[in-house]
Amino acid sequence: MTDTVSEKLRALFPDIEPQKVLDATVIDVEPERLMVVMERLKTYPDLDFSLLLDITAVDYLTYPGQQGGRFRVVYTLRNWKRNWLLQVRTPVADPELGLPTVSGLWGAADWAEREVYDQYGIRFQGHPDLRRILNHWQFEGHPLRKDYDIYKGQVCYEPDRLEKEIRARLAAKGIDQSTMSDINTEMMFLNLGPSHPATHGAIRIFTALDGETIMANVNEIGYLHRGFEKTAENRTYNQIIPLTDRLNYCSALMNNIAYVKAVESWLGIEITDRAMFMRVILGEFFRVQDHLVCLAANLVDMGGLTNYWYLYNEKEASYDFISRLTGARLTSSFTRIGGMYRDFYEGWEADLERQLQAIEKGVNDSLKLVLQNRIVHDRTQGTCVLSPEKALSYGYTGPNLRSTGIAFDLRKDNPYYHYDSFDFDIPIGSRGDIYDRIMVRFEEIFESIKIIRQAVKRIPAGPVFVDDHRVALPPKEQVYHKIEGLANHFKLIFEGVKTPAGEWYDSYEAANGELGFHFVSDGSGTPYKLKVRPPCFYAMSGFHEMIEGEMIADAIINLGSINIIGGELDR
Amino acid sequence: MSIKVRVVERKGRTFLEQLYLVEVVKGMTVTLGHFFRNLLDNSRLYVRHYPEVKPEISPRWRGRHRLTRHEDGSVKCVACFMCQTNCPSNCIMIEAGERFDGRSEKMPVKFDIDLLECIYCGYCVEACPMDAIRMDTGIFSVTSNSRESLLIGLEQLMETPGGFSEVDYHKGGG
Ligand code: SF4
Ligand code: SF4
Repeated sequence: MTDTVSEKLRALFPDIEPQKVLDATVIDVEPERLMVVMERLKTYPDLDFSLLLDITAVDYLTYPGQQGGRFRVVYTLRNWKRNWLLQVRTPVADPELGLPTVSGLWGAADWAEREVYDQYGIRFQGHPDLRRILNHWQFEGHPLRKDYDIYKGQVCYEPDRLEKEIRARLAAKGIDQSTMSDINTEMMFLNLGPSHPATHGAIRIFTALDGETIMANVNEIGYLHRGFEKTAENRTYNQIIPLTDRLNYCSALMNNIAYVKAVESWLGIEITDRAMFMRVILGEFFRVQDHLVCLAANLVDMGGLTNYWYLYNEKEASYDFISRLTGARLTSSFTRIGGMYRDFYEGWEADLERQLQAIEKGVNDSLKLVLQNRIVHDRTQGTCVLSPEKALSYGYTGPNLRSTGIAFDLRKDNPYYHYDSFDFDIPIGSRGDIYDRIMVRFEEIFESIKIIRQAVKRIPAGPVFVDDHRVALPPKEQVYHKIEGLANHFKLIFEGVKTPAGEWYDSYEAANGELGFHFVSDGSGTPYKLKVRPPCFYAMSGFHEMIEGEMIADAIINLGSINIIGGELDR
Repeated sequence: MSIKVRVVERKGRTFLEQLYLVEVVKGMTVTLGHFFRNLLDNSRLYVRHYPEVKPEISPRWRGRHRLTRHEDGSVKCVACFMCQTNCPSNCIMIEAGERFDGRSEKMPVKFDIDLLECIYCGYCVEACPMDAIRMDTGIFSVTSNSRESLLIGLEQLMETPGGFSEVDYHKGGG
């Protein structure tokens, strides 16, 4: 499969040699040719890399034995139809000059390049609005550069006015305020958030209003930025797992799985069958949890508080099962590189099945209230429509992308953990409006439950950990009583799991879309660099496109319908 | 076994749905059903009368820490610093001193955990080669009026008893 992409690339660019790294094809491109190459990758029907998943940079300042320049920018692209994953790497000679922007090709590049600029100080020529995004506007320096001290925090003393930005957005939309003053009315500027119940977290939605209609919108994020990536560079691979809990905290265990899956794929570890099935069962269980939160909150925004009880009660009850299993309600930290932290406890099947039935009942009750309810239809059908082209351009994945009618799901298109042997549907929408986003999530709950039931039937007995003392802590018995066990234990705790030097990307279908991790390893037990590809970040980057021209109340329910989770958005 | 793509149905076109009232009455029956069921039997309500009624805490629960002891009451910890090394939030601070009871060479003279920094991940328990630190106290609510009192030390850690029997604890996988 990937060979065809290599052939196609070779035919188009004879002097570029594609390499294969795990699932991805990697090419190195000189900065002068970057634009030509990127344009072809996007527009040639043969290549059709319509999804720009992520852009990040690497600072090689302290990388052992590194030759050549200090910075390199990495673009991660995907052709979703054929499951092609491509990484384009370009050296940056001078960060001040930087590289040309690709935001004209993909909408997703707008925020992605801002993040690279913010974290690494690499400029993008021609970018429409190159300013900080995760760190505040008064921040000095670039935290992910290797010479930035991890303990050097900086405080923001004044809010960002965002006036220039909203005026620019108005101008870009061709709205002239003078025509409004002719009829004795004027534009009103309104902040929704950052701290408002309707934003479900701290996000600032800044709008220019004509009456109740939103004429232009810019958004400010980063209120929950805590430097996940910088912290990760200072922790061993296993120590990062508890930090991933705090990305999308509505489905903490999915992040745990996504993260260890990415590390294991590079180490070439095949986890045990039981561990795989556990990950399928728990992953789908948490997908259900995530959707329950999203739908419950979304329907509250719409005024349907009763739905909240029917859906959220079951989420709350699920936490009892989760805490019995993992030892915590929210922060599960339940995977380890090479397997699972613990096996299921005795009698888990009955608890799980009881919980699934309760969820089905809650969801069905809620559906009886909303499915054929005209108020819901009138509010959601045809509002905040997102076209499939726009969704792809802004890097939407997961249920948000599928609601526009694009059937891209990594479980189907790039299956792992035996997903191809399960029987389930991928629900997709047809219009890409709020209604579709809600209904796709409702349907996915039932499909996930279907997968869980199949997996519970098929889960084999056996160990949940690989038997490999390079990655797995030895059983406690051996640590307490055997000198060899103790020695291995010692080594792993002090040095961490060592990964071979190199760079790779691996991703997982999380509840909100493609959750990816880009690693750079220098061969030690700590990642040299770790970048998250957060699905929420890209969903939020296209938010203004959905709400401009709609009413304030629609913007609120739209925010709920794309399910923005601050922990993952801001990292 | 197969994965199929299915387009979700768009409701709202039929006359009955357009009429609005019929569906609202149907919805109302669901709500009233819940109402009467809860009225007649409120034992199944999802309300917990906390703090009178405590939530269920299982043996796997990662609660506040404690340091375990030998039968004679001496501390099991040998001040090997494994827990401190494995802690992702760097909130364990140990000082080692000499040990004279013949069990090992070292023991902690200071063992502080900053509970405000702790993320309750359980990595310290996982790292300990002596089964000397555990989070099985069942203490899930860590609150205080002052920051200082949340930096707990050796004495407090050794005083706290375990919340579960050894059998239950090990069944949980500890
Ligand atoms: S639970 Fe985690 S954060 Fe807390 S002391 Fe133990 S290792 Fe550190
Ligand atoms: S509690 Fe355990 S890991 Fe920590 S210093 Fe004592 S013996 Fe070592």
